[in-house]
This record gives sequence, C-alpha cells and structure tokens, in this order.
Amino acid sequence: MAFEPVLSRNVGHPEALTVRGYRDRGGYVALEKGLKMEPAAITEEVKASGLRGRGGAGFPTGLKWTFIPKDSPKPKYLVCNADESEPGTFKDRLLMEKDPHQLIEGCLLTSFAVGAATTYIYIRGEYVDAANILERAIADAYQSGILGANVMGSGFRHDIYVHRGAGAYICGEETGLLESLEGKRGQPRVKPPFPAVVGAFGCPTVINNVETICCVPHIIERGSAWFKAIGPDERNTGPKLYAVSGHVERPGTYELPIGVTFQELLDVCGGIWKGRQLKAYVPGGASAPVLSADDRHLRLDFDTMAKAGSMLGSAAVMVMDDTTDMVRVCYRFAKFFSHESCGQCTPCREGTNWLTLLLHRILDGHGEPKDLDLIVSVANQIGGNSLCALGDAAVGPAKSFVTKFRHEFLARMGAAAPALAS
Amino acid sequence: MSEPQAAGTTLPENVRQRLDVLRKRYPTPRAVLLPALHLAQEANGGWLSDAVIEAVAAELGLPNSDVYGVVTFYDLYHQKPVGRHRIRVCTNVSCMLRGSDEVMAAIAQELGVGEDEVTADGRCSYVHFECLGSCDTAPMMMIDQRYHENLTPEKARQIVKELE
Repeated sequence: MAFEPVLSRNVGHPEALTVRGYRDRGGYVALEKGLKMEPAAITEEVKASGLRGRGGAGFPTGLKWTFIPKDSPKPKYLVCNADESEPGTFKDRLLMEKDPHQLIEGCLLTSFAVGAATTYIYIRGEYVDAANILERAIADAYQSGILGANVMGSGFRHDIYVHRGAGAYICGEETGLLESLEGKRGQPRVKPPFPAVVGAFGCPTVINNVETICCVPHIIERGSAWFKAIGPDERNTGPKLYAVSGHVERPGTYELPIGVTFQELLDVCGGIWKGRQLKAYVPGGASAPVLSADDRHLRLDFDTMAKAGSMLGSAAVMVMDDTTDMVRVCYRFAKFFSHESCGQCTPCREGTNWLTLLLHRILDGHGEPKDLDLIVSVANQIGGNSLCALGDAAVGPAKSFVTKFRHEFLARMGAAAPALAS
Repeated sequence: MSEPQAAGTTLPENVRQRLDVLRKRYPTPRAVLLPALHLAQEANGGWLSDAVIEAVAAELGLPNSDVYGVVTFYDLYHQKPVGRHRIRVCTNVSCMLRGSDEVMAAIAQELGVGEDEVTADGRCSYVHFECLGSCDTAPMMMIDQRYHENLTPEKARQIVKELE
C-alpha cells in the first residue's frame, strides 16, 4: 500500500517549521497560485474536489463556503476549529506541531476564497506546545510578508490569531466554539441562523477543521481532479489521517487514501498487540457507535461507516482486543459525555447522567437485565432532543455497546467489578 | 496561597499590559475573557480566587456573575489552590485500554493524597482528565504544560517523585 503522504509530508522534516524551510519543501506555492485566481474559482475547485469536513460531520467544504453571503457589509471571519477533543483523536495536533505553515497557507487560501480578513485558530487549552509552535510560525509569516497588510504582494490583507480554549469538549461544536471565542460559556446556539450568516461576533463565518483546511493548498496546487482520484468513489475523496489507538502494536497517525478498510489499516499498524484477537473497534472517536470484529473488512469512509450504523467522525480508530471489558469501556464513554454535556438541554444533561449511573450499577455487579432496556430507552429520549450533536453522540456508544455486546453486560449481573480509578 | 485574597485586588501590571495587546485582536471587549483568566490564573499560582475573578471582571467591565459562570464552565480554571505542579492523568478510553487506571493508582499512592487535593508540602495535586489528544502514546499524563507519554506505573511514579 504505497501512498505518498500529502498532509503529513513534512512530518520528520523540522526545517518546515520556518517559512524558509517550508518554502524549500514546496510550500506557499499554492498560495502564490491562489492569490492570482478569482476567489470564486478557489471555492469551485474545492467544491469539485469532493473534499468533506474532516472534523467529524463530513459536510462538503466548498459548499459550506458558498453559504457566506456575498453582499453582507459586515466583516467575514474564518475560524479554524483546532479544539480537537474527540476522545481518540490526535491528528490535528500532529498537523499543527509538525507543519504549522501548511495550516497557515490553508487558512490564507480559504480566507481569500470567502473574503475573510481575519482567522481565529481556536485551539484547545491543553495543546500548549501546538499553540506555541503556531504562534512562532505566524510571527515568522508576518516577518516574511505572508501575513499582514499585503499578503505576498497581492494587496490581500490577512491576520491570523491563535485563541486558546480552556478545557471543554463542547467547544468543538461549532457554535459552542463561537460562544467560547466571544468570551462566554461554550453553550451551543440555536440554528438557524447558521454561522455562515451569523457566526463570530454576529458576522458571516466559515468554520473548518484543521485537517480540512490543510487539504486546501494541495487541491489548489495539484487540482481537484488529482484530489478526487484518491479514494474509493466520488463522495469519499482525498488523503485522510487515521489516528489509531488502543490495542494495536503500533498506535499512531497514518495517512492513507480515504476509504481503506479497517483490516488494511490494522495491518499497517502491525495488527492487534500481544498476538491477541480483535474484538471490536470504534471508527471515529467516542461519538461513533462500536463495530465488531465481523466489520473488519468495511471501508473507513463517510458513507460506508454511515451505512454500517456508525460514522467516520474524526477517523479516530480505537481498537479493542479480545480481553477488553466492554462494560467498562461503555461506562467510560458514558461518563465522558455526562461530564462534557454543557447542561443546556434537559434530555442531554439528565439523560447522560442516568446512562452513567445505570452503567455504573451494572459495572458494580448490581445491575439487572431490565437495565439494558432502560439504557436503550433513556438513550432514545436523548437522541434528536438536544440543540447540538453531543446528545446524539452520547447515544451512539451506549446503544451500540449494550446491543452488540449484550451477553457481556448480562454476564456482569451479580458479579462485582474491580475498583476503578476513574 | 490559600489565604483569602482581599477584595479590591487588581491584576498584575504585566497581565494588564498583555491584555492591552490582546484586546486589539477582537472586535468585542469580552472576547479577551478566556485569555485574561488564563493569564490571571498563571500569575496567581495556578488558581483563581474570588478576588482574582472579580479583578478580571472589573478589568473587563463585566458583571462578576458572568465571569464566575465562565470560570465554572471550563476544566482548566481552578477555584481552589493547586499544587506547584499540576498533574492531569488522561483516563479516557484510549489510555484506559493501555493501563491509565494503574498509572492513576501509582500516582495516588506516591503522593498519599486524594484526587484534587494538594500534598502537605504544596508540591503536587493531581486529577484524572478527559482525552488529551496523545492516544498514540498512551497512557499519558500532563504535568503543568508538558506531556509525559508511554507511561508505566513505575515510570509515572518516578516522574512524580522527581518533581521539585
């Protein structure tokens, strides 16, 4: 499976941390080209590439850009979602720490396409190194005339600011992020209006994930046809970073054509650790319903995962071997969502707490078989009944674990578990 | 450090100077609230006393209640004293699958205090934490601003023991 890395091509080349080193490795060529294009032509190219959002939702990126009103007198913003908090996800950290100029170049091209004079990179507060590396790269870009009043002599003005979050998963949700950027609690907004019309500071705003934005320079430089040729079909295109964790021999970030099968990815990671067997995997972070070993030959792309009842999400692939205690994993996911619910919508706030309590009871050996039906019932009352996707996200793992691994939950009835530290 | 701080506390001059730079980046004054709280907390030994929270509110011209609302929303702001070193152990699933509960137990034993408590010498406090985005090097912990990766209980214990 020889695949020339695109997004991660500068990993292992620390010289790319400077403008000079990045240019020596072919960087900022796309920006130079893009600044000579019509902004609308950039959007068209991205649309034609089939690029879909890499943050989790998989929404077509170019289409999202076209929602920005053309005639608004208000300033427009690009907000780069670098709040990477989906459990199991660490790909954006790699992109920011190893190749900050790729992100800056992508932000500039995106902003030029939509007419934004300012980008805010909203980065989770825990990513201190990544924020510092970005700050240094941005300072270098200003010095080199790549940011500021006259980007590469084109007359286009652009500023990029790094904004640190303060520890809240919900700020990865785009309107929660905007609230947080504005100095408030990160509670998601009612939509519509969508951020493209009323976004940051009441102005039209494009919000894209780090990896999504990093695809843009490559599309502009090599063309949409090249991008579209990568991947299994027209709806799933381009290179993809898969963040693999859990029970594999070599966890890590692997760049492959979107739509490799789980088995192919597992082989690249050296297989299941300690010579054990695969029990299950979660293909897209905590929010993605669990898949079983029988699903190992499925393609890891948006549509295949959706058809299988799960989702590609952030492509954070968490792998579990045959010794894994599924009750415990399910409980830990539930506890996470309960902790991270912003509290705004009653079904999510109360429901995630009840899921956690029920699962804890089973884990403790005090559960009853009817608790499993109760879990499904509570989950069904959360799903679709909250303002943002966190409620739905909490439902997926709970329902899929108790349904697909019901026998493991039943085996726990009456059997006490070892004490937990978390 | 745990003494109540007097009302009327103002933010240190260097924090205020930094805020003046940051304000220019945003169209609204309130947008500097998160950065202001980060800076104020760092200047106050890693936690936000009521006096400091109210000083931030005064500096930004916001109601105290708004600022308390924000402080209580985010996991990186602390309303009680923390150790000189703040240890955050990731215990989410990717780390759990590779032994974070054992790491957590080793740290608890080494420090001899409960979660979110400060050791008698003021040296350390620890908490379990949600995913820190380092799942390929699980289990891991963050001490102050630094990641410590590929831990074993013994390695974690040794790292904590050597903190000054």
